[in-house]
Amino acid sequence: MWLLETFLSTRSVPLVLKIWNDPKFRAVFYQVVAVAMVGVGLWYLISNTLHNLSVRNIATGFDFLGREAGFAIGESAIQYSPADTYRRALSVGLLNTLRVAVIGIVLATLLGTLIGIARLSSNWLVAKLASIYVEVMRNIPLLLQLFFWYALISETLPGPRQALSPMAGVFLSNRGFKIPTVQGDGLTWLAAGFFFAVVVVLVLANWSGRRQAQTGQIFPVFKTAALLLMACPLAAWWLSGSSLALDVPVLKGFNFQGGLTLSPEFAALLIGLVIYTAAFVAEVVRSGIESVGKGQWEAAGAIGLRRGLILRLVVLPQALRVIIPPMTSQYLNITKNSSLAVAIGYPDIVSVVNTTLNQTGQAIEGIMIIMGAYLTVSLTISVIMNRYNARMALVER
Amino acid sequence: MSEPTLSPTARAPVAANPTPLVWVKTQLFSTPVNALLTILSVWLLIMAVPVLLDWAFLQAKYSAQSGQACREVEGACWAFIAEKHRLILFGTYPYEQQWRPLVSVFLLVALVLLSAWRRLWTIWLFPIWIVGLSAVAFLMWGGVFGLPYVENSLWGGLPLTLILATFGVALAFPLGVILALGRRSELPAIKTMCVVYIELIRGVPLISLLFMSSVMLPLFLPEGVTIDKLLRALVAIVLFAAAYVAETVRGGLQAISKGQYEGADSLGLSYWQKTRLIILPQALKIVIAPLVGIFISMFKDTSLVVIIGIFDLTLAAKAALTDPAWQGFSVEVYVFIAAIYFIFCYSMSKYSQALEKRLAVGQQH
Repeated sequence: MWLLETFLSTRSVPLVLKIWNDPKFRAVFYQVVAVAMVGVGLWYLISNTLHNLSVRNIATGFDFLGREAGFAIGESAIQYSPADTYRRALSVGLLNTLRVAVIGIVLATLLGTLIGIARLSSNWLVAKLASIYVEVMRNIPLLLQLFFWYALISETLPGPRQALSPMAGVFLSNRGFKIPTVQGDGLTWLAAGFFFAVVVVLVLANWSGRRQAQTGQIFPVFKTAALLLMACPLAAWWLSGSSLALDVPVLKGFNFQGGLTLSPEFAALLIGLVIYTAAFVAEVVRSGIESVGKGQWEAAGAIGLRRGLILRLVVLPQALRVIIPPMTSQYLNITKNSSLAVAIGYPDIVSVVNTTLNQTGQAIEGIMIIMGAYLTVSLTISVIMNRYNARMALVER
Repeated sequence: MSEPTLSPTARAPVAANPTPLVWVKTQLFSTPVNALLTILSVWLLIMAVPVLLDWAFLQAKYSAQSGQACREVEGACWAFIAEKHRLILFGTYPYEQQWRPLVSVFLLVALVLLSAWRRLWTIWLFPIWIVGLSAVAFLMWGGVFGLPYVENSLWGGLPLTLILATFGVALAFPLGVILALGRRSELPAIKTMCVVYIELIRGVPLISLLFMSSVMLPLFLPEGVTIDKLLRALVAIVLFAAAYVAETVRGGLQAISKGQYEGADSLGLSYWQKTRLIILPQALKIVIAPLVGIFISMFKDTSLVVIIGIFDLTLAAKAALTDPAWQGFSVEVYVFIAAIYFIFCYSMSKYSQALEKRLAVGQQH
């Protein structure tokens, strides 16, 4: 061994090779090369783009946002007219995206959880029906499903005069869905009562938790909370004596008046998103519950917990750890998939940007706006869900 | 505790050969709640199934000269599909030459089937794919051996959907593996670039990438160089799929135990030798099933190219609907297309599930 060492030390190694054989130097060298390659690539693309833009006389920058948009938008949560600016038009689009995404997330979670539990049912028929639903829905492209629902609503449903009415006050026609809403001063009182009840329930839950930890006595928090949440708003409304009216849609002339309108585009997009995503949510929920070992159910049963309590106190906290990360990506998927709205003409952010882009020719800015909007929404959802996940995660010692 | 089963996955025990009555009793009416659920489901089926059967088969019209004859019946108008199936399946490809896309479809399906065969999971798969995809390109374009040249703006329908999915994933795979290795790299600059790329792409919808490649790619290239529409869509699909492949492969890389890395290092292997000979063969084997999942979702996502006006299966269906003689049969067309997508996706997902089970058996020592 010493022979080899002396041989190596006596042999003069060129300085270049010495430096090259140093791992630290090579790490720096490779990184510099990689960054330089990417940098040169980007510079090449950007310089081409700038050259092309100047040749084609396309303006750059976001000045166009302040100009008049000049196009109408079918539905909008805020006041909007074609005389408004592009900035306002884009806000309308973003709000429309958020509206369909938020409602879609809530409904898909409810439907998906229900179907996921149904797949685990000990009832053969229910489990089979649920698994057929999952297999069919997740193996057909969402875009096709949207086209299907949109065609079903706008072509197959009758006109407003012959509208289908599955329930009193609900009308389904090719102009969209009409549902009754509640209006009047009473709404404020209902909301105030509800808010009050939520505060009381939170205080109560805190107190009962501490009392149970100290004395072992159980307070029926769940039942009390349900009662309070229903009673407080009603009491507030009744005591205030304010008005509360049901605004039921009525057929007048060729269309309905009053009530809340869901446009065919919105309805098709929402139905499509919810039905498609619910299939994936169901799989997430199923695998989460299945991941909790049978022994957990049996052990919890052995210490005398009821089935509902087992689910709430033993199984769900463990299942949620498995469920939350994939559920987060499903929520992100709903948000991103809502961009398919452009295919059926729902004015979401992509479709508004698309119109803007065609009018102004400023493609790069438009696409930066779309990407920026989605990245912001995606990152927000990720952060919220990661917080929640961190709270639920196993605390390892 | 009167309930016999606690775990939701545990079913009531069934005799090896239960009589139908026993089966019904244990599987459908074991508890009052179950009985209620069964009755509800049966009622739902009674309401829905006869109506659907009536529409799809009993009252349907299978042949008709025009849409007018179809409107007289209550059921589905399958005659419309019979009339338009060539347009829907092959798009605007020249009519007499449509055997070429048909053969291409079989070639692509065969390629996918071959890749599903475990004995072929060797280095041989790469030349097989290169030969297969070149054969498809040669068949579709033509221009040699007496085959007339067909430009790719005329391609359409099912072969286009399959081409976008297979070429997309085949090209995204190497890129994704490199990105995954980059994300696991110890070199901070390379790691940062890969993380930024992956998270950026995963944070935006595919539509925005398709828009980008269709309106921005022409601006990126030097003046005078044009790139055709189909290739632009393919670029977007590859860039998009690569980020998802990368995340999946990263999962596989993370699952390899540290001892494997250390063992390779102690043998004195270089980084690339270690990656190629020790790490990747094991990591990729773990992630084959999730990769099939990515292929399925890419296959479905190719339908989004409709939005930038590429004539895939979905747009071909919409094109068939524009014929004034046959208007108002969109539900039939969408059901037909949905069935095609379903057959492909369902068989692939069944395969991936079976694979997962078999590979999992191998993992339990």
